[in-house]
Amino acid sequence: MFSNLDLQKFVFGRLTLEAIPYHEPILVATFAAVALGGLALVIALTYYRLWAYLWSEWFTSVDHKKIGIMYVILALVMLVRGFSDAIMMRIQQAIAFNGSEGYLPPHHYDQVFTAHGVIMIFFMAMPFVTGLMNFVVPLQIGARDVSFPFLNNFSFWMTTAGAVIIMMSLFVGEFARTGWLAYPPLSGADYSPGVGVDYYIWGLQVAGIGTTLSGINLIATIVKMRAPGMTMMKMPVFTWTSLCTNVLIVATFPVLTATLALLSLDRYAGTNFFTNDLGGNPMMYVNLIWIWGHPEVYILVLPAFGIFSEVVATFCGKRLFGYASMVYATVVITILSYIVWLHHFFTMGSGASVNAFFGITTMIISIPTGAKMFNWLFTMYRGRIRYEVPMLWTIGFMVTFVIGGMTGVLLAVPPADFVLHNSLFLIAHFHNVIIGGVVFGLMAGVTYWFPKAFGFKLDPFWGKMSFWFWLTGFYFAFMPLYVLGLMGVTRRVSQFEDPSLQIWFVIAAFGAFLIALGILSFLIQLVVSFKRREQLADFTGDPWDGRTLEWSTSSPPPEYNFAFTPVVHDHDSYWDMKNRGYARPVSGFKAIHMPKGTGTGVILSGLSVAFAFAMIWYIWWLAALSLVAIIVVSIAHTFNYNRDFYIPANEVVETEDKRTELLAGKV
Amino acid sequence: MQKLARFSRLFSLLLPMLSLAGCNMVVMSPSGDIANQQRDLIIVSTVLMLLIIVPVLFLTLLFAWRYRRSNTTATYDPDWHHSTRLEIVIWSAPLAIIIALGAVTWISTHKLDPYRPLDRLDAERTVPADTNPLTVEVVALDWKWLFFYPDLGIATVNELAAPVDVPINFKITSSSMMNSFYIPALAGQIYAMPGMQTRLHAVINKEGVFDGFSANYSGDGFSHMRFKFHGLTQQGFDKWVGRVKSQGTALNRDAYLKLEKPSEKEPVRYYASAETGLYDAILNLCATPGKMCMSEMMHIDMMGGGGKESAENRQKLEYDNRHAGDGEAAPGATFPATGTPARSDEKPNGTEDGGAAPADGDMNGMDMHDGHSMPSMDHGSGDPAPAQLNN
Repeated sequence: MFSNLDLQKFVFGRLTLEAIPYHEPILVATFAAVALGGLALVIALTYYRLWAYLWSEWFTSVDHKKIGIMYVILALVMLVRGFSDAIMMRIQQAIAFNGSEGYLPPHHYDQVFTAHGVIMIFFMAMPFVTGLMNFVVPLQIGARDVSFPFLNNFSFWMTTAGAVIIMMSLFVGEFARTGWLAYPPLSGADYSPGVGVDYYIWGLQVAGIGTTLSGINLIATIVKMRAPGMTMMKMPVFTWTSLCTNVLIVATFPVLTATLALLSLDRYAGTNFFTNDLGGNPMMYVNLIWIWGHPEVYILVLPAFGIFSEVVATFCGKRLFGYASMVYATVVITILSYIVWLHHFFTMGSGASVNAFFGITTMIISIPTGAKMFNWLFTMYRGRIRYEVPMLWTIGFMVTFVIGGMTGVLLAVPPADFVLHNSLFLIAHFHNVIIGGVVFGLMAGVTYWFPKAFGFKLDPFWGKMSFWFWLTGFYFAFMPLYVLGLMGVTRRVSQFEDPSLQIWFVIAAFGAFLIALGILSFLIQLVVSFKRREQLADFTGDPWDGRTLEWSTSSPPPEYNFAFTPVVHDHDSYWDMKNRGYARPVSGFKAIHMPKGTGTGVILSGLSVAFAFAMIWYIWWLAALSLVAIIVVSIAHTFNYNRDFYIPANEVVETEDKRTELLAGKV
Repeated sequence: MQKLARFSRLFSLLLPMLSLAGCNMVVMSPSGDIANQQRDLIIVSTVLMLLIIVPVLFLTLLFAWRYRRSNTTATYDPDWHHSTRLEIVIWSAPLAIIIALGAVTWISTHKLDPYRPLDRLDAERTVPADTNPLTVEVVALDWKWLFFYPDLGIATVNELAAPVDVPINFKITSSSMMNSFYIPALAGQIYAMPGMQTRLHAVINKEGVFDGFSANYSGDGFSHMRFKFHGLTQQGFDKWVGRVKSQGTALNRDAYLKLEKPSEKEPVRYYASAETGLYDAILNLCATPGKMCMSEMMHIDMMGGGGKESAENRQKLEYDNRHAGDGEAAPGATFPATGTPARSDEKPNGTEDGGAAPADGDMNGMDMHDGHSMPSMDHGSGDPAPAQLNN
């Protein structure tokens, strides 16, 4: 290529053709599929002349609803990627017995489990949760957008940039082989000198910017932009849990950023924060990463609790039982989640009093969580339960989550943890709460709010298929892992010696296959519902007989959400309005002030990908260039005064009249 | 406590029979007293929690069925949303369970603290006053286990033995990675960390061969970082020691430095003698000649630090990159730091015989792979092939 090696090194850093894994059949096939799929998508978009539409209506849009939908699409794409990793692990563990090394050598297997954890937490669950909060919260509080609309767009694109960086590692170089939290010394420069950990660091740092900013944005939105009359104690429970989640995000993500920054200093600048030598201490990293890591699980599960609270009240046709105690429980969980992090490493040699303290604080979290469970239970009591798909997910959650909660409290007892720590019992436990809690909640949320976003319901048959496959698949996949944990099998092992374990891994693999059918059913559901959108259409804007403000506007909501800002008198405000004979105003519309879209978010995100790629591959000129470009674009954006516009009154009248006609024709 | 434990033992007999007859749940039927108590604790805690979990599960299913929309006979009360009495119950019921469980936790965490010397051999017997505990110094290497028996002067690799009913006093460290020392049949795990020492006290009550392994992922060879733990009678143990002494070689620094290099699926090795102070040197990261011991550095720091001159000590304190110098990659190294492709079947350089050095060494801009790869273990020359005990 180049005769002068130094020139090549200058231009490409440590990137060489060797980095392309063309000798790996699995990856070549994957790449071919991704490339062909991508090509087909590009051709289709070009053929239907959708690029301009996508750019102006979606990519550059600052509309919280569109950004929310884009977050969820990102999450679904990454769910498929993360699940592919999961099923690869399940197959490997089911066949790697009796001296067989399976089909994944440790080199590959270790990357697969690291990628699975990182992708599922950071690029599936997080964007999914953020997407739903983005879409729902402004509608629930009667606002027209979030506090900082551009920031919202920017946050989304930074999260996407992080996902792109992680995905690149599949085809250029490699991913980290350290486990999803990249404990040093293994993740340090001396023991992982390749690009894998650098992909990990920069992927998370870039996405972390998006997450933190989105947290700030949503806190400001909830605190400052509620409709008149909506006091804190009249906020919908989902808004409450979103508020707490975003407080957690803002308080903990900087810890993650700082921890990873220290690790990058160790790797790039030769410092010794977490090395074995020169006074470094890996235990410090373990503490710091879990100070972020434990609140992170509540960041994920609190919004899911919020979704269940909305769903259970709506489908029981009954006000949520114990609203105040629900709110206090949420707040207590938020606070307590900061003082339990040490339970992730009881086995690191702390004294008995320290371990016992953190064990007991962990157990205390189960009290408000238990109270929540009872509140949902007593909302069902004397209700009229409609078994629509979101309610099925809720019942599935209630049954599954208590089991996960029980094993969680068990792991909080330090001497019990000594025998269960890092075992497959632990794996079963956290999948039990994350799938049974977070994923079921997100699926309930998507099904619940889908008609709000698109104006038609999701096909219930495929929704039920998805639910039952997921539920049974979960039990088949993870109950065997509880058993294996009690048989003393530890996590992250790629080959086994004891043949009596195999049957359990085969059952677990079968469960993973059922979950695959569950995901497939969900995707089919999307296609089928789109095809049947005429039959499934909802013109009322309130298909479920909802209780909160988002159901008072049309489906999909107009760009400005509410022609008039609603006034709130009670919680379950829309229910209250309906009961008191609220009449939708049909005249007197005024022009509406709205924020304008901008492409800056996309550009900054693209530059961040370039910067991260350059840092990963030591292409210093590109790193410097893209960093300067990021700063210049950011500053230039502050001089963009063309940021808002008015939707003229006649356009508002037109939109609202159309809705009046729809309502008159259908109701 | 005592009563609960007895109840739980009864329950523990039932539990496996209920659902899982036939599979060997070592955590639920261990052979050492500490692991036994930990098992009891799992059962006690589970039973305590089931007191509330079972009613919740039952009520969920009951309410879900009873209040379905098609059941018009059930009461429908859309505005009922508060009951102070019920609220008190739903907060205090979990609270009561957690108070009980919290008390159990506080007591058991102190009683089963791995750093605490044993005071009983099992539920019936206390430790006799004249007992001499067996001390074992454990070193997690990449990726095998090295055990020193300082009182007996011997050492072994990937095989551990102890007489039944004799308290074992483990001192645990690691050469580079964070590992976790775990023998499920004996006692709970504890991390093995470089430059640090953790402790574990345990006793084995039954004869037998048990599995031990690392329970914390530590890189490539982690899956095979396993060893057998032999619970032996006192005579059997003496015989085993005799065999180690007769069949083993000497473990000096040189042998250790060879052993310490990353390797996978290491066979069992016996050492009839071990250099004195070797464990302490490993613990203080100064087994390699020319390195300064951490204890020494800490001493200097405690005396107020070495001032400017201590800059000279820097190299002596750099331990992590010790394999870089001899042309050997780190355990986690792949492309582009070495020539090993990212997801290949090839073993990482450090564990491979022969030169896997990339031809284009300079292009990658790192020095560590310039030379050839060292073979991990020189099976032919240094040490004689060790005997396998368990085959």
